[in-house]
Amino acid sequence: MHYSGLTLAWNALWGHKNWRPAWRDAAPKASYDVIIIGGGGHGLATAHYLAKVHGITNVAVLEKNWIGSGNAGRNTTIIRSNYLLPGNEGFYEWSMKLWEGLEQDLNYNTMVSQRGIINIYHSDVQRDAFARRGNSMRLHGAGGELLNRERLRALLPYLDYDNARFPIHGGLMQPRGGTARHDAVVWGYARAASDRGVDIVQNCEVTGITVENGRAVGVETTRGVIRANKIGIVVAGNSSRLAAMAGFRLPIESHVLQAFVSEGIKPLVDHVITFGAGHFYISQSDKGGLVFGGDIDGYNSYAQRGNLPTVEDVCEGGMALMPMIGRLRVLRSWGGLVDMSMDGSPIIDHAPVKGIYLNTGWCYGGFKATPGSGWCFAHLIARDEPHTTAIELRLDRYATGTVLDERGAGPQPNLH
Amino acid sequence: MRIACPHCGLRDVREFTYLGDATPERPDPQAPDAVDRFNAYVYMRDNTAGAHRELWYHGAGCQAWLAVERNTRTHVIAAVRSYKATS
Repeated sequence: MHYSGLTLAWNALWGHKNWRPAWRDAAPKASYDVIIIGGGGHGLATAHYLAKVHGITNVAVLEKNWIGSGNAGRNTTIIRSNYLLPGNEGFYEWSMKLWEGLEQDLNYNTMVSQRGIINIYHSDVQRDAFARRGNSMRLHGAGGELLNRERLRALLPYLDYDNARFPIHGGLMQPRGGTARHDAVVWGYARAASDRGVDIVQNCEVTGITVENGRAVGVETTRGVIRANKIGIVVAGNSSRLAAMAGFRLPIESHVLQAFVSEGIKPLVDHVITFGAGHFYISQSDKGGLVFGGDIDGYNSYAQRGNLPTVEDVCEGGMALMPMIGRLRVLRSWGGLVDMSMDGSPIIDHAPVKGIYLNTGWCYGGFKATPGSGWCFAHLIARDEPHTTAIELRLDRYATGTVLDERGAGPQPNLH
Repeated sequence: MRIACPHCGLRDVREFTYLGDATPERPDPQAPDAVDRFNAYVYMRDNTAGAHRELWYHGAGCQAWLAVERNTRTHVIAAVRSYKATS
């Protein structure tokens, strides 16, 4: 189903009874050229770019639930490319460029809003670190502006500048950062992939991976056995479980990340803002709710729900940054299952078992990477070589010591 | 979540710091395949969905290291024991 002014008027005349599904809910075939395990944003984007860029359309996306029911439907919808390390920044900037052309590419309104993201700094030392990161961003063409206190105050007059413990000295702004509509991203990629012949198979959980002579040749699912030449695993917090099915381990721990939305208020937060003295980030949805989050809970979890101490910690961060939100009520909170890697950076690479391709380790920041992840993963699957922007996102970087540790926290996933 | 410390009793999770999986054991640095073993020890994890044996530090209490058996799907804690490294 495609949309236009004409279809809208026509369906309005007929009481909106004739809208058809945007994409095809397929039954699985016996075999495919490529199987993508995981029908989230990254998996569907991979299928779209496989079909569009590489002409590989005999593809199935297997989703155990409904598409977009995992982290794609549980995030805070922030898009940005404000990283420091060259191995990461080039990749995230490529993803940012894809976001900028996504609506034209998919012919779907993904509501990409480049409202600007501002990281607040609270000390001279932090300013210097942010200036360095801003320089790295500018070197990669991502843009970036260091705002002093006066310029920041003109943009965000409502922050607590004279907080005794965490005074605000300024911010690093990436004007091209912002938000996108997470569900629309899922549906847009699904429709674009489906239109090119990709089978989107829902309620189809992978229960085993068939390995013959050291090569993966298919998967066992709750909807039968499906064979494939190539198998892509892009399942976020369940990566280790899939890896175990094929007999290998990953440098990944699964953790829970919570997010929150307040009751709706009039327009207040025009940007995405992050607190620099703790972990708190906030934006405002089009419905008026303040969408915010903070640290992961910090212990291994597959539960998709968090604990109250983290709720308190996140809200304390918000209160230190903008005390005016103290009387707002939190409407909803939810938890997502994130694939925390040992250095805090993602992995797009061949798996140790032939025929399997890995896309994992997105930690708590996978949403912004959706287009770039799909692009680079499709490139790897189609050509058996890494895309130039993902060349450092290797699985063997842990063994060789070339880790991408933005935070410098070492191999301790709950600290990244 | 609360953890029943064997020394202090049932305490709020905020008193504890999480380290991670308790099962990896430090390899022998003299072993011929020590490099591979250390890579696995430092970076590779089973990341189990279900029963998980993990290390918590009771920093705001008795300052003991604890081995906690916790279900990662439900957060239910089955057992808490005082931990002593084997090597």
